[in-house]
Amino acid sequence: MEKPFAITLDPGSSLSNRTGSWRTFRPVYVDRLPPCNATCPAGENIQHWLYHAEEGDYRGAWDEIMRNNPMPAIMGRACYHTCENACNRNNLDATVGIHAVERFLGDLAIEKGWFVKVDAPPTGKNVMVIGSGPGGLSAAYHLTLLGHKAAIFEAMPHAGGMMRYGIPRYRLPIKVLDAEISRIEAMGVPIYLNTRVSDLKATMKERGFHAAFVSVGAWAPKRQDVTNDGSVKVAYAIDILRSIEEGGMPAEIGKRVVIVGGGNVAIDAARTAVRLGAEEVIIAYRRTRERMPAHQFEIHEALEEGVKLHTLRRVNECKEGYIILDKMVLDDTGWPVPTGQLEYLEADTIVMALGQDVDAPFLDHVSGVEKKEGNLLINDHMMTGADGIFAGGDMVPSDRTMTTAVGHGKKAARNIDAWLRGETYQPPKKHPVATFESLNTWYYEDAPPTVQPQLDIIRRQSGFAEVLGNLDEANALFEARRCLSCGNCFECDNCYSICPDNAITKLGPGRRFSFKYDYCKGCSLCVKECPCGAILTITEST
Amino acid sequence: MTDLNPQQKVKFYQKGTYTTSNRLVDARARLVQASMDRNNSLTCGHRACQGCGEALGARYAIDAAMRASHNQTIAVNATGCLEVFTTPYPETSWQIPWVHSLFGNAPAVATGVAAALKVRKNKQVRVVAQGGDGGTTDIGFGCLSGMFERNDDVLYICYDNQGYMNTGVQRSSATPPAARTATTQAVGDAPGNVFGTGKNVPLIAMAHNIPYVATASIANLKDLEAKVTKAMHIHGARYIHVNVPCPLGWGSAPHDTVRVARLMVECGLFPLFEAEFGEVTNVIKIRKRVPVEEYLKIQKRFAHLFRKDKPDIERIRAIQAMADANIKRYKLLGEGA
Repeated sequence: MEKPFAITLDPGSSLSNRTGSWRTFRPVYVDRLPPCNATCPAGENIQHWLYHAEEGDYRGAWDEIMRNNPMPAIMGRACYHTCENACNRNNLDATVGIHAVERFLGDLAIEKGWFVKVDAPPTGKNVMVIGSGPGGLSAAYHLTLLGHKAAIFEAMPHAGGMMRYGIPRYRLPIKVLDAEISRIEAMGVPIYLNTRVSDLKATMKERGFHAAFVSVGAWAPKRQDVTNDGSVKVAYAIDILRSIEEGGMPAEIGKRVVIVGGGNVAIDAARTAVRLGAEEVIIAYRRTRERMPAHQFEIHEALEEGVKLHTLRRVNECKEGYIILDKMVLDDTGWPVPTGQLEYLEADTIVMALGQDVDAPFLDHVSGVEKKEGNLLINDHMMTGADGIFAGGDMVPSDRTMTTAVGHGKKAARNIDAWLRGETYQPPKKHPVATFESLNTWYYEDAPPTVQPQLDIIRRQSGFAEVLGNLDEANALFEARRCLSCGNCFECDNCYSICPDNAITKLGPGRRFSFKYDYCKGCSLCVKECPCGAILTITEST
Repeated sequence: MTDLNPQQKVKFYQKGTYTTSNRLVDARARLVQASMDRNNSLTCGHRACQGCGEALGARYAIDAAMRASHNQTIAVNATGCLEVFTTPYPETSWQIPWVHSLFGNAPAVATGVAAALKVRKNKQVRVVAQGGDGGTTDIGFGCLSGMFERNDDVLYICYDNQGYMNTGVQRSSATPPAARTATTQAVGDAPGNVFGTGKNVPLIAMAHNIPYVATASIANLKDLEAKVTKAMHIHGARYIHVNVPCPLGWGSAPHDTVRVARLMVECGLFPLFEAEFGEVTNVIKIRKRVPVEEYLKIQKRFAHLFRKDKPDIERIRAIQAMADANIKRYKLLGEGA
């Protein structure tokens, strides 16, 4: 080429200068497990359904929940939402109100009649599910999605297990429960009510079931012998909760009620006693409030309703219309020991809420099934010692929550599915958890949480109407948008726009980005300015 | 999507409100830098250091100018880092018509380009001149003032990295007090650069009563893009002073370039404002105010202020006073800062 005076080289682009060779560190896109997802006992992909909800795609959000949990309207109300304790947003202002959005979606689905389609071809396999609580319903649902035929056997006259007979109506209205159960039934899952299984193996053989999932819960109240001259009536918390649901009002509990225990059932019993007209309701617990197994927000709501809390108390005896309590003190190891001082509480009824034991005599004859400390033993694949008999929920060692049972049902269904094919279920590998430190929170707006409407206190004290109201759509959307998307790219374009070397390619909506390693100098600016911690620096291999 | 279509009801995008873009924002309202078809006026393969603030600021500014002028922009570039790292003969990283001038005459050359376009009655093509703080506040200062005074139709963008960086980090008139450079070593009774009286070129530009003056920072790229876009829609002499940290000269980590810039804005040392015809018309409030130490500490050029045996509290206070004066003068504190 003819060149002008003093010019010896052709013009060129800097694109021929591969600055990637300077690099000693390499940025890579990663996905991390958000802490909400990591703690969800039902294994919901919370961040992902919030992602759909954020853009107003409520149907997409609901479908995403339904991949893991068939009962969002129930969960949004009665789950103890461990996700919210883990939420990284707690370090900024307050957790995302995950349960409130889930409930909004669940209620919307009921209102709109949304339904889940079963795409899997029928496998011809039949699975017997015993117990129609959260574990059984979840297992039957997931088995159905996998193409199996599941049938639920229920001893009680109505389905729902502890969701019906344990959770009070002011936390979970019956029409919500019925709606979500009937949606599972409508998928082709029969629920045989009033059908108590007596011989598991025989029933399985007789009705042609290839496998069974047992999830009958823990219904038998733990008993504690208290010296009682008969002047104070003794009742069990779980029986009170159950009898209300069974229609007949429970036998008179009187005006002064003392609940013994510190778990969620104790709280439910106390709040129920308030609603039944008791004038003085006292919870006596042997340790301190901080150590109560009940959730703090439940304790708070109970106190709002006038329940009194007497901590560091142990029942000594009932005498002449009084409950006599030992005053306790915590020793150096945190164990309560009596001080020798006593407290006298005048009471009509003492309600024991000391936990429940598993009561499943029909398993006693099944060879291979093992129990330990009242719980049914299962292996990593949810199977008992008996081949083909799986179990989950409150019966097996766990933290005994409704959501855990739903998770068990799902996990069991996947294991049963594999077992029926002669395989072993391998759960997908999990990403490392996205910590708060991995985020650059500069990029998020301050956004105080929305608050669910609450029933006024007088109505809470006098009836079983639901305490918490639903978010309206604007609030639900706002709340969903408070999600930080910890650990997973939400396509904010920060990396793409902030790279001084123009070394990132934007691949288009939903397709994220890629690095041009020919030019990336490895400054890690993108890593530091990624709001959600979805880029990681690794040492460049030589 | 459901029939509820909430998009227009809630206009509060918590998720990444301050990020470049957001999938929930209408595509037309997104930044030029978020678009897949941005011009990349300053493309890959340039020889700027890792984490160069100037390379980032320049691509933002010139891409925005290109978008605003429908790709009809000529850039005149003073000698300096930006010219050296983008255009080592015979290669260039610029994907626009681009003229290299001397160190000190970019404003005058830009005036010439604008005059030529006027002679040819070309109203579409716009002229941008750009340079570093050396070429702008020191060497090209006379030509710049002349360009302002004649109100020539040029947008002049100064990328201020507070020193002569590619020649080995020498002091310029934009180097801040106490900063260590090759020519202001951290030795003696008053280590680092002198506490002079300052040379605030945006204020000097305002004193010329030109139509538009703005300060911007790579800490707030949305704002930078908006200001360049606005300036491109105005005729006459315009000036934008962009703060661009230099990892090499400031002694900050390459991955901290945006963070340093952000802390400089948030502590008050670099106020972000716009002025029209000599009057301040808009100020970006500080979001989360920080003491100047947070900004100073992560730069080695100020390391001598934080010696373990003898921290230089007096000079840190003097720098804090400068930040406080800015906050007062420009009313940088809003609610919540």
